[in-house]
Amino acid sequence: MPAIVSFGRYLPASVLGNDELAGRLHVEVAWILTASGIEERRIALPDETVPDMAVEAGRDCLSHTDVRPGLILVASGSSEKRFPGPAAEVAHRLGFAGIPAIDLPLASTGSLFGIVLGAQLAPHYGPVLVIACEKMSSAGMTEPLDKNIAILFGDGAGACLIRPDGPGLEIVDSIVHSDGAWANDLQLGLTGPIHMNGPTVIMQAARKIPVAISELLKRNAVAADALVQFVMHQANQNLIDRVARALSVPAARFYSNIRKYGNTSSASLLIAASEWHEQAALKTGDRICLAAFGAGFHWGAALLTAA
Amino acid sequence: MSRHEKIIEIVKRVSKSDVAPDPEESLFDSGYLDSFALTDMVGELEREFDIAIPDADLTPRKFDSLERIESYVARLSGQPA
Repeated sequence: MPAIVSFGRYLPASVLGNDELAGRLHVEVAWILTASGIEERRIALPDETVPDMAVEAGRDCLSHTDVRPGLILVASGSSEKRFPGPAAEVAHRLGFAGIPAIDLPLASTGSLFGIVLGAQLAPHYGPVLVIACEKMSSAGMTEPLDKNIAILFGDGAGACLIRPDGPGLEIVDSIVHSDGAWANDLQLGLTGPIHMNGPTVIMQAARKIPVAISELLKRNAVAADALVQFVMHQANQNLIDRVARALSVPAARFYSNIRKYGNTSSASLLIAASEWHEQAALKTGDRICLAAFGAGFHWGAALLTAA
Repeated sequence: MSRHEKIIEIVKRVSKSDVAPDPEESLFDSGYLDSFALTDMVGELEREFDIAIPDADLTPRKFDSLERIESYVARLSGQPA
């Protein structure tokens, strides 16, 4: 069974805290935290690109294993060029020129869809390196600043390596959905800024994420309470808490690092999974659920088992 | 308690307000509801009136005032507004 054998991440060094951001947005510092659960976020250097950060996350992921990829998937909704996407450049800079490198132009669900596709493709192509990377500051913090957008986003990259067979975190099952009826409610045009119909996005996400998780767990005959960890796209702490409540699972079982990094869109799930995995004391048989929702709308969940 | 009164109680509870909004007042513009309070309100409406609000109806426009909420709940319940 395909399994994740390594994680990696990269966060830019520059930290933008709520104090500074509140001054720029003319809002209360406390409001930012209450509305989002975010205290600070990382901001890439002006000349730091999506491929730059993706390469760093990929290197970090590969530094933990001797396995080399036969396929690279790179998800990003904020890459600098209409084409080519970052995948081919990232593969070349990692030293893997010649192997297929595919772009996934997905925002918040890029990590999850990359993992789901990677699990399906690994038996054919061999190990799959999945990278998700975003420079959201280039899109979400452009003048004139929209306070409801600017407080949310940060920059960064996450990665994982999927082998066709375990041991590792076996990808037991997954479920993904898309519905373009909501395509205009969360979008980033070619020239920005981000347009977000916040109430619709939150209402849909708060409904669709727990339903997808429940659907996945039901068909695998697993109770939500039996999972040791949930790792979600880090969109907003209030949303994470509501998903936990909808599943009747303690919020503490949902890994969260949004306080430190904000919403890094596609990268957030793999950054969070990378941090969580580094400190997790997993036992064979432990079950973990990954979940995400984002622009499209796309959403879904994956069930992993430690093996 | 009438349907109207129940809806007012739900809005006051999720918005943490002691004051009831006017029937046609925008619950967003007046600050009663934000995105998360709206989400909570939808859940409470489903439980209180034993209705299932379909995903396609999860847009803020349908729930922007007491009047709209009451009309929507009545329609979904198959009852007169």
